[in-house]
Amino acid sequence: MSVDQATVGKIAKLARIAMPDDDVAALVPELNNILAWVDQLAEVDVTGVEPMTAVIPNRMVLRADVVDADPLTGGNRRDDILANAPAAQHGFFGVPKVIE
Amino acid sequence: MTSLTELTVAQIRDGHRAGDFSAVEVAEAFNANVAGARALNAFIVETPEHALHAAEQADADRAAGTLKPLSAVPIGMKDLFATKGVQTTAASHILEGFVPPYESTVSQKLWDAGAGMLGKLNMDQFAMGSSNETSYFGNVLSPWRSNDGSNAALAPGGSSGGSASAVAARLCPAATGTDTGGSIRQPAAFTGISGIKPTYGRCSRWGIVAFASSLDQAGPMARDVRDCAILLGVMAGHDAKDATSLNLPVPDWEAALQADLRGKKVGIPREYRLDGMDAAIAAMWDKGAAMLTDAGAEIVDITLPHTKYALPAYYIIAPAEASSNLARYDGVRYGLRDLSDGAGLQDMYAATRAAGFGAEVKRRIMIGTYVLSAGFYDAYYTQAQKVRTLIARDFAHAFTQCDVILAPTAPSAAFALGERSADPLAMYLNDVFAVPASLAGLPAMSVPAALSADGLPLGLQIIGNMFDEQGVLNAGLALEQRAGFTARAEKWW
Amino acid sequence: MSEYRIHGETGAWEVVIGLEVHAQITSNAKLFSGAATAFGAEPNTQVSLVDAAMPGMLPVPNVECIRQAVRTGLAIDAQINAWSRFDRKNYFYADLPQGYQISQLYHPLVGEGALTIDADAKAGIAEDKRIGIERIHVEQDAGKLMHDQHPTMSFVDLNRSGVALMEIVSRPDMRSPAEAGAYLRKLRAILRYVGSCDGNMEEGSMRADVNVSVRKVGEELGTRTETKNVNSVRFVMQAIEYEAKRQVALIEAGGKVDQETRLFNPDSGTTRTMRSKEDAHDYRYFPDPDLLPLELSEDFIAECRASLPELPDAKRARYIALDISAYNAQVLTAEVESARWFDALLDVGAEGKGAANWVTSELFGALNRLGLSIDQSPVSPGAAAELLGLVADGTISGSIAKQVFEKMLESGDGAAAIVEREGLKQESDTGAIEVAVDAILAANADKVAEYQGGKAALFGFFVGQVMKAMQGKANPKLVNDALKARLG
Ligand SMILES: [Mg+2]
Ligand SMILES: [Zn+2]
Repeated sequence: MSVDQATVGKIAKLARIAMPDDDVAALVPELNNILAWVDQLAEVDVTGVEPMTAVIPNRMVLRADVVDADPLTGGNRRDDILANAPAAQHGFFGVPKVIE
Repeated sequence: MTSLTELTVAQIRDGHRAGDFSAVEVAEAFNANVAGARALNAFIVETPEHALHAAEQADADRAAGTLKPLSAVPIGMKDLFATKGVQTTAASHILEGFVPPYESTVSQKLWDAGAGMLGKLNMDQFAMGSSNETSYFGNVLSPWRSNDGSNAALAPGGSSGGSASAVAARLCPAATGTDTGGSIRQPAAFTGISGIKPTYGRCSRWGIVAFASSLDQAGPMARDVRDCAILLGVMAGHDAKDATSLNLPVPDWEAALQADLRGKKVGIPREYRLDGMDAAIAAMWDKGAAMLTDAGAEIVDITLPHTKYALPAYYIIAPAEASSNLARYDGVRYGLRDLSDGAGLQDMYAATRAAGFGAEVKRRIMIGTYVLSAGFYDAYYTQAQKVRTLIARDFAHAFTQCDVILAPTAPSAAFALGERSADPLAMYLNDVFAVPASLAGLPAMSVPAALSADGLPLGLQIIGNMFDEQGVLNAGLALEQRAGFTARAEKWW
Repeated sequence: MSEYRIHGETGAWEVVIGLEVHAQITSNAKLFSGAATAFGAEPNTQVSLVDAAMPGMLPVPNVECIRQAVRTGLAIDAQINAWSRFDRKNYFYADLPQGYQISQLYHPLVGEGALTIDADAKAGIAEDKRIGIERIHVEQDAGKLMHDQHPTMSFVDLNRSGVALMEIVSRPDMRSPAEAGAYLRKLRAILRYVGSCDGNMEEGSMRADVNVSVRKVGEELGTRTETKNVNSVRFVMQAIEYEAKRQVALIEAGGKVDQETRLFNPDSGTTRTMRSKEDAHDYRYFPDPDLLPLELSEDFIAECRASLPELPDAKRARYIALDISAYNAQVLTAEVESARWFDALLDVGAEGKGAANWVTSELFGALNRLGLSIDQSPVSPGAAAELLGLVADGTISGSIAKQVFEKMLESGDGAAAIVEREGLKQESDTGAIEVAVDAILAANADKVAEYQGGKAALFGFFVGQVMKAMQGKANPKLVNDALKARLG
């Protein structure tokens, strides 16, 4: 499969990466090159083959329903949560105003 | 006495325990080497005080009789590991200035074992790259120079290029790396050091900036096999915070190291012998097989029929996971925010990500977004995951016939910086031998085995069955003992 | 059979409704982290590094959330998938820190099930109706955006981010706002019986995405719209009615319904296109590589099944079998708290039918007047049983029981103690009753003559007079008997 400039523009939008037209245009042949190469996968007969779900046989262990049992995965650390925020105010993260 | 920075991890540990030197002396020696090697650009952040502090503690522990497994050992930490209070960027502008209020599980285990941190090591941005040319903080240079007279700056490999360069240049006795599709093994091979990627799930991924979750594994990079065994023993272990973590006991790999391979079978995968394979690589591979025979192993011919599909499958799966894993870098909670006047939320996302991600990261996000998008998901992603199942089956079948697999680590020796960066596909092909084991989650290591005609290191790769890090390390040791690889980079920096 | 139709200019239209209900799973900690879920905390205090999607953070599922979803599935007779897995739904929004929601698309935890809505003639539901439930999947809630606290910024609170939700997806089996309302009420009752969701719509514990389309009877399904996050039964019904009428008017005017996401405005009862979701989404679902497949053992599922309480339909049938009226049985089982209270009353020996009458009239009336919920009832099931026992064994009459109940509510004292203290014991001495009857008949000779002349209605007057003379304490049956004997 191959992509054109409009498709690449659409993907960039979906991926939320602002991209001037020149960059989009430059990406078209690059991506097509890569896509043409990965297209060889289509020739593999995968009849009856399940897609990989867990690379190593392993059972998922679930967590107990305990609040703040481990500070690394618990709450009550607002200062840490907000410490790196570009715009934190009154205990919130600030973002440009959203209209729903 | 040899310079302290010439010592291996085991030698530092044992010498310190024996009272031959203080940990502070060790830390100061490595701190000095780090400070004197900025030309290599191996570190993004230097943390001499962290190394010194741990060293002081190690000396106190020695006096108190409470030495820990890595007391007195300073190491480098790849900048993919979150380090509490120390900037962690994954070598990306989008995380510049990010100071985690938490420590990754693997780095915490290392500090708990007494190790000190010399600094945060440069790398390919978000671990995407095979030459360390995608870091926002500049290329890492290999300490090696080719003897062809060109004097060109060489790539240390990637993505753990800072780790590889720093260990090879004696800036640290060992470093952490991460391997998604060869990011420990290929740079180890390029710089003449050892590195092991354990079985997927051995090392917790908690606190490691994610690239491709189903492939990412941490592992050590060091000067020899024993050091790899020591460090891996500290880094591995079950972590309830990582749902994919293996709940298995961690064997004492160092104690069980042994190079006698009698009764072992070593598989040589015929599909890895590519048309037009570099002659030096082919010769080294043959020599490696001979060395393992010498160690008592029997060589068997094996087949891994889906090998040629591993790289294309990887370049669907890894970018797909990455496109989603990197969605969190949006300028809201940490890192870069690019917000122009009057811009809305979605504009801010797009501008931030455009300014924050490097070209290769964007390229992979674009590929990943495309292959997951409506109408393409089954043809690309599902198909790739089915092929991945077949690749894992190939290995499972091969391991009914052999104990470990021997292959080259990379198809060539280190290349010059800039030489391949124009062609992404050519760059991806660097990992052709490394990626299959990653897709199957298998332990694999690279040990330096020979020099190319240009005098550059070449690595041999040992791939083991799942959970069999011991078999990998033992075969690696057998190679190491016979290869007698003593070459090192002449100091020019 | 009355059917709900929208009558347009071109004829009658049928409305097709499906609901996707997001129900917050009752748990202490979030779905993938150890942060608390309690409602009403200070902003961003119940947020872990995981919920804030800090670099390198990983999800680990909370077993209780899985357990509650399985129990819910069992309660709607659904297939439980012992092998399920989590997928990522990718999109960018300020309330979604990871840039994706961990949900289940391809392999949900719970498969096909159903619930029955009850016939309700007044609401136009002629008979009981099965509503299919396509699936229940488990997923993360998003954070919250505040738009009115700053002139140019919205504020993000991640306290809800990562709270566990069940998304319960119905089949498009409902055909009127009333059916949708009944479905929601029934679903809410089941969730509350099971204890997997508190059903508190005001606090956002339950909200519905309302899928509505219209078609001429017998024709193909029309294009549907999805009105998001409607948070009360009444609003859901309003949204359906508005949407159905809007779509009919649109089609009849030659327009076409867009498959789109809409927002409900509770003030006006109308819906409108959701601006922020205008661009078509491509969610790029794929299995979450941070998580392994969720594999449940047969034991786990069996334990979930064993832990299920009696559900509303079964309980109602049991009550009806106790000779309780269908109406009372419905009223008593509609809310789990009432049903539990009533069961406790039965457990301490109260007789079903009388107890049901008393609870639905006397107790509910009093609680209503006092503004209390049944959990706050000042009279316990034990105390009520004591009161009902006094009526049953003839110690007091039904009317005295009302007085005693009032005094119980005021004083908190037991019924027997009040009867004793106030001397309210019913007079069952036939001699004393006959004396009183004779006195009343003697004093009202004129009325006796009228009665015997055919004015049978006067019987009640005599009963009242006798009861009054005996301060209401006479056993009414004995009074009746004595009067009948005297008057012939
Ligand atoms: Mg929905
Ligand atoms: Zn949902």
